[in-house]
Amino acid sequence: MAEKSPQELIQIDLTPPPRKWMNPAVDFEARRGTWSYPGGVKSLDYLGMPNVREWSPTDADWKLPENWQQIIHDGFKDLLKKYRTLEIFMDICVRCGACADKCHFFIGSGDPKNMPVLRAELLRSIYRKDFTATGKILGSLAGARELTEEVLKEWYYYFFQCTECRRCSVYCPYGIDTAEITMMARELMNLVGLNINWIMEPVANCKRTGNHLGIQPHTYKDNVEFMCDELEDVTGIKLDPPINRKGAEILFVIPSADYFADPGTYTFVGYLMLFEHIGLDYTLSSYASDGGNFGLFNTAENMKKLNWKIYHEAKRLGVKWILGGECGHMWRVMHQYMDTMNGPADFLEVPRSPITGTVFENTTSTKMTHICEFTSDLIKHNKLKLDKSRNDQFRVTFHDSCNPARAMGFLEEPRYVIENVCNHFYEMPENTIREHTFCCAGGAGLGNDENMEMRMRGGLPRGNAVRWVRDHHGVNRLTCICAIDRATLPPLVEYWSPGVDVSGIHELVGNALIMEGEKERTTDIRGVPVQPEKGEQDDV
Amino acid sequence: MGALISLVAVAAIVLLASVGASTGDGLRFVFGVILPGVAFAVFLGGIIFRVVHWAKSPVPFRIPTTTGQAKSLPWIHNNELEAPSGLPGVIGRMALEVLAFRSLFRNTRVEILPEKSKVNYIADKALWAAAMAFHWAMFIIVLRHFRFFVEPVPAWVEMLQSVDGFFQIGLPVYYGTTFLMVVGLAYLLARRFFDSKVRYISLPTDYFALYLLLGIALTGIVMRHIEKIDVVQVKAAIVGWASFQPAVPVGVGLWYFVHVTLVSALLIYFPFSKLLHAPGVFLSPTRNLANNNRVRRHINPWNPDIQGHSYAEWEDEFRDKLKASGYALEKE
Repeated sequence: MAEKSPQELIQIDLTPPPRKWMNPAVDFEARRGTWSYPGGVKSLDYLGMPNVREWSPTDADWKLPENWQQIIHDGFKDLLKKYRTLEIFMDICVRCGACADKCHFFIGSGDPKNMPVLRAELLRSIYRKDFTATGKILGSLAGARELTEEVLKEWYYYFFQCTECRRCSVYCPYGIDTAEITMMARELMNLVGLNINWIMEPVANCKRTGNHLGIQPHTYKDNVEFMCDELEDVTGIKLDPPINRKGAEILFVIPSADYFADPGTYTFVGYLMLFEHIGLDYTLSSYASDGGNFGLFNTAENMKKLNWKIYHEAKRLGVKWILGGECGHMWRVMHQYMDTMNGPADFLEVPRSPITGTVFENTTSTKMTHICEFTSDLIKHNKLKLDKSRNDQFRVTFHDSCNPARAMGFLEEPRYVIENVCNHFYEMPENTIREHTFCCAGGAGLGNDENMEMRMRGGLPRGNAVRWVRDHHGVNRLTCICAIDRATLPPLVEYWSPGVDVSGIHELVGNALIMEGEKERTTDIRGVPVQPEKGEQDDV
Repeated sequence: MGALISLVAVAAIVLLASVGASTGDGLRFVFGVILPGVAFAVFLGGIIFRVVHWAKSPVPFRIPTTTGQAKSLPWIHNNELEAPSGLPGVIGRMALEVLAFRSLFRNTRVEILPEKSKVNYIADKALWAAAMAFHWAMFIIVLRHFRFFVEPVPAWVEMLQSVDGFFQIGLPVYYGTTFLMVVGLAYLLARRFFDSKVRYISLPTDYFALYLLLGIALTGIVMRHIEKIDVVQVKAAIVGWASFQPAVPVGVGLWYFVHVTLVSALLIYFPFSKLLHAPGVFLSPTRNLANNNRVRRHINPWNPDIQGHSYAEWEDEFRDKLKASGYALEKE
């Protein structure tokens, strides 16, 4: 946990200092708690990344390759040729400042270089110097800077202080997307060996074992069996989910955190209960054991490689289509990147719910459907036996995860499911939900412990909104459809809004499902005793 | 500092034009005929070059920013203008963005109240209003200027003038757009001075563009309302210029040269600066693409030919553990 108390941390002055921003110096020693450790040698070697070495951001010498400036320059040139986004976003920003106070890291830190416009200017200033006539001629008058080692260090600090949540791009009159700019900057930094371990280790793990956490197939099986045993204590029903089963109709892909740690595990058993309830013909895979993809936060090449296994496994198992669990950045990749990178999935069939017969017309090419689309269709067709009152002890709110909200337009499906499995649902203030949603401040690889102060700072807007519904409506359950959220929101709410638990939506589904042959439920699926409704609770 | 440097630069342009206009026919020809010609060519050529250059660079991924409900299940109401599922929606979304500055309309201002442990978001439409006022006014003013370029004056220009001058204040009539453009620009400039965040991010070039535009507007006002210009002579000069029969403008006065030189400076500056946001917004991939990713495959022209870690490699590495756990294997 951050060493500063919430009261100390919220003393934020959003007024920038008088000095010019172009001075790049960052004092890493003084700013411990706000940056992430570099990629470990073992992971980088395994992945064949350039310039592998032991180093720390607090070192004076970052042990860059001798010709690092040339490498960055050439890399930049290459990216400009590959991405229209980069060219356009470098050229057209007018610095109107509409984005400035939309970033959770700026709101929580007051550090002006966390204004999205300035984050982009860190890169743009080099672009001007190297690639534009005005920058070459007018220099700093046109906002151009020389690429020095100090600038590179500043990049490392600020481009690993962006969670690629895209909130700023909602407000930008030209749709300039800082996530895209951050991705480009990270591509460039990777060329000279600047990356963070919280990204590189998961990427290396994911390549080797199929999942970010490095869970090997035997442990995978053990974990699943363990969760099913726990669930049996609650429901009296023993589930035996199929793993790597050929010929199943559906391959179910989830983020690995769902079978690794609480509270994701409760979401996981929620999925399994649902599938048992409707008798779904599906399989899990211990090879395609992570839909999440930290390659998205690293390089386009690694993203493609990690994603490649999904269709590969679907083909091997001979399934008809793919269903995906609750995960934010995984769905950014599945929705906006997978088909382009690793398609076409012409060996699969258009997803069709075997229970309701609904053809998912919005997934005809990718052949991958979101669990919330699947479940809301089941509910709509009355195919689930649900007892909403089993969630009566929860006063629920919903955190829109950045990627489903701003990269998919996925807003109503999760709400529909929530409203059908619980009686008390309250929205957070409108400027903090849906397309305006605030990040958990731990996405894009920043959800590590050494970065905790920055996470709490960036978590202020979300934490404050949760506090508001807690205080006004007695909310005690923050739901989300993202595995990173389920890992990073618990410390965030403990810090900013204590007394609220975090869960996925399918945990609530699991609670509400009336399973055939179940025993009387005395606890929820966490094993927490269900409290009988105390008298009338007035809905505030 | 940056604000001052840019002011000096614009002042220098004004001075240069003034000196040029008062020294003799040679320089009058340069400032009244050659410079605008060159400027117009640079403007057109520069924009075409830029846009073609942008259009040639690939869009490897389809990455619209969705700002509303996507099309999914048939009974879920989708918002075509915020998360378009196809071309009509995209056209609508772009039209709203370009004509009504939709995204800027969302603007809010954050306020932190540490003593109450509270963060507030307050709707802030001033930037939107000023931007709309300035851009639309300028657009209409440019259209109104067609009366100087063609003879007879087209009917639509006459109509535009009469609507614009609806309130009939003063003689010659003050146009509403004159007021809106100056007020809009003044607000945009004022926030660069007085809003600490905007001041911090502003580059000298940001002031430069605003000064140029203000200079153009103010010299225009001077010619129409204060040092009234001989419109007949102006029209003769411009029609001659536009029909490639240029002559040294006569009887048009100093302000005309200053005005034209500032416009020329703006035109020349345009393709090398952030003013490219005007054509650029049309090509912004987060706005001009449909959110139909799972329906239509988007092609990346440079999609690298690489594969991931295959199942066979994975099975080979974990064979013993897989066997011990009772997994069915591809190869025993």
